[in-house]
Amino acid sequence: MPADDDPRKRRTRVVLGEAAARRRPADRAHADLAEQTPVGEALVKGLVRAQLALALRLALVVVTSLGALPLLFAAAPGVGRAKVLGVHLPWVLLGVLSFPFLVGVGWAYVRWAERNEQDFSAVIRRPEQ
Amino acid sequence: MNPYVVPGLTAVVLMTVGIGAYGLRFARTTSDFLVASRSVSPAWNAAAISGEYLSAASFLGVAGLILRYGVDVLWYPVGFAAGYLALLLFVAAPLRRSGAFTLPDFCELRLGSRPLRRLASIFVVFIGCLYLVPQLQGAGLTFTTVTGGSYVWGALLVGVVVTANVALGGMRAITFVQAFQYWLKLTALAVPVIFLVLHWQSAGRPPVTPPDGATFPAATTVVIQQDAEVGGEAVQAGQELQFAAGDPVPRVSTVDATFGPDWLLPGGDTGLFATYSLILATFLGTMGLPHVLVRFYTNPDGAAARRTTLVVLALVGLFYLLPTLYGVLGRIYTPQLLMTGRTDAVVLLLPEAALGGGQLGRLLGALVTAGALAAFLSTSSGLLTSVAGVVFTDVLPPGRSGSVGGFRLATVLGAIVPVTFSLYVSNMDVSRVVGLAFAVAASSFCPLLVLGIWWRRLTDLGAAAGILVGGGAAMVSVLIPVLGPPLHGWPAEVIGQPAAWTVPLAFLVMVAGSLLTGRRVPADVGATMLRLHAPESLLRLAAGSGDRRRAR
Repeated sequence: MPADDDPRKRRTRVVLGEAAARRRPADRAHADLAEQTPVGEALVKGLVRAQLALALRLALVVVTSLGALPLLFAAAPGVGRAKVLGVHLPWVLLGVLSFPFLVGVGWAYVRWAERNEQDFSAVIRRPEQ
Repeated sequence: MNPYVVPGLTAVVLMTVGIGAYGLRFARTTSDFLVASRSVSPAWNAAAISGEYLSAASFLGVAGLILRYGVDVLWYPVGFAAGYLALLLFVAAPLRRSGAFTLPDFCELRLGSRPLRRLASIFVVFIGCLYLVPQLQGAGLTFTTVTGGSYVWGALLVGVVVTANVALGGMRAITFVQAFQYWLKLTALAVPVIFLVLHWQSAGRPPVTPPDGATFPAATTVVIQQDAEVGGEAVQAGQELQFAAGDPVPRVSTVDATFGPDWLLPGGDTGLFATYSLILATFLGTMGLPHVLVRFYTNPDGAAARRTTLVVLALVGLFYLLPTLYGVLGRIYTPQLLMTGRTDAVVLLLPEAALGGGQLGRLLGALVTAGALAAFLSTSSGLLTSVAGVVFTDVLPPGRSGSVGGFRLATVLGAIVPVTFSLYVSNMDVSRVVGLAFAVAASSFCPLLVLGIWWRRLTDLGAAAGILVGGGAAMVSVLIPVLGPPLHGWPAEVIGQPAAWTVPLAFLVMVAGSLLTGRRVPADVGATMLRLHAPESLLRLAAGSGDRRRAR
């Protein structure tokens, strides 16, 4: 990299050794991001696609489980009459269990979305070979 | 009248004003007023969002609907909570990273179009008013139910307290007030329900749907609200009917409610279309509610916005476990509401009806009434803040904007229309109007946000067309039943729950319009996408390295 030939650069490495060593190899990727080069565009597109795929997948989980319940109750009335601990199944499913289920899906999303972002950051920060 | 109610209500109002005034000591700049200087922690912010979100429709309306229609309307609370999941999956972090404070801001940041910004402002004010009027109405009706006072005074009281609080404290104060009010609302439903369930247990668990139909648990006098037929005999409005304990509850012809064991089973009167339409409206409408979105700007970064939303989902889900119990127990202890049709009052009346007029029943009755007041105050404060924010930035002339005085003027302007309106319309159904506000939001702002965040090829013209066609169709569907002739059959169903066709329509028009005007895609869309989706820490580094390169 041209920065290695810059004497001022070498001085900062002595003063802020760790910070400079960590940052400098990533200069190219950071600049790609900041200056909207094709490489930067592709990186961002990849992140957006990964996050969207994750969101759509989890939305599909909710739609096919909770969202299928009205159809299920309409198609198989026997399910609506079944009882759990003396309470009709639809009351248990909708009135109680749906809420922890939604929170669980949300928790999984936050975990995986943060991991996607960490992966993205790792690509940007990766020292160039 | 219950002697504890007035002290309870006074305490809530004083605490609201007090916490607001306490917050005022910190609110010094316009930025403090609008966004709490972005220094609110996720726990406070989540409680504040939940407190703001749980309105009269949640506190009173859900229990009332369950009392009336049974298991089918459980989709309301499930949808109200699931809306936060959709918000979390598709909107929360990118919206925070966009730096937009209101929806019109988002339009301008993403698509750089002033006319689109103005269109979005119109929808924010419309949805805000559509949501604000029933809150004030609910306040008026509660005031009448509990104190016997006049409807107008109840609505005016809440209107004035809310306007003063927003104008004087702005949002920083509101954050503390809203967080306090979430916990007050949760307590106000949770504590009485413990006593109610214990009472039900000790009474030998009377069945919710006795095989011979519902009966009165005690001697009851029912005042008929509208001319109708009861058991084949005509009755007039205002007529009093006497029932002894154990008498069966007769059906009143003008009141729509589910009787008998059907109440327990799904698939009653509501068709699949209406159910799915409701699910779609609540699931996708939450992200388009202006008072909810404003809150996201107070998170320090995108990751915090995500975590805040998850906590909100948990807090809101916890709350929605409770109204169901009120609706079910109301079936046993307050069946007279099925004859008067005032089922929204079940939460207010149940403690005294079940536990008797003793000290305990009265204290708990006062507690739920105080919770109801908190529900009106917090939701209307949040709505007014967001409507005022839009009026402040987009309607007032530039000379007035940017000052604290300007924000106060905007608050008063934003409050006048809904408060005046609420004084003249007292017969709209609270939960229904709130549901329609969700439908309008789902058909206008949901496609705008989702496509704006995830799809590069969205254009300003496409977005405007989608909002006008989808949101406009939903608006017209809201106004037809209010202004037009009564409808029957499938048109009534399609107009009554419009989201199932207006939401896909809005998406379709927005995508088609954008593809047709492909040349209008903003030139900086790449930079915008980077800002919306990349973690903030990285961007700061990237911006730094970019600057250094340019400097070299």
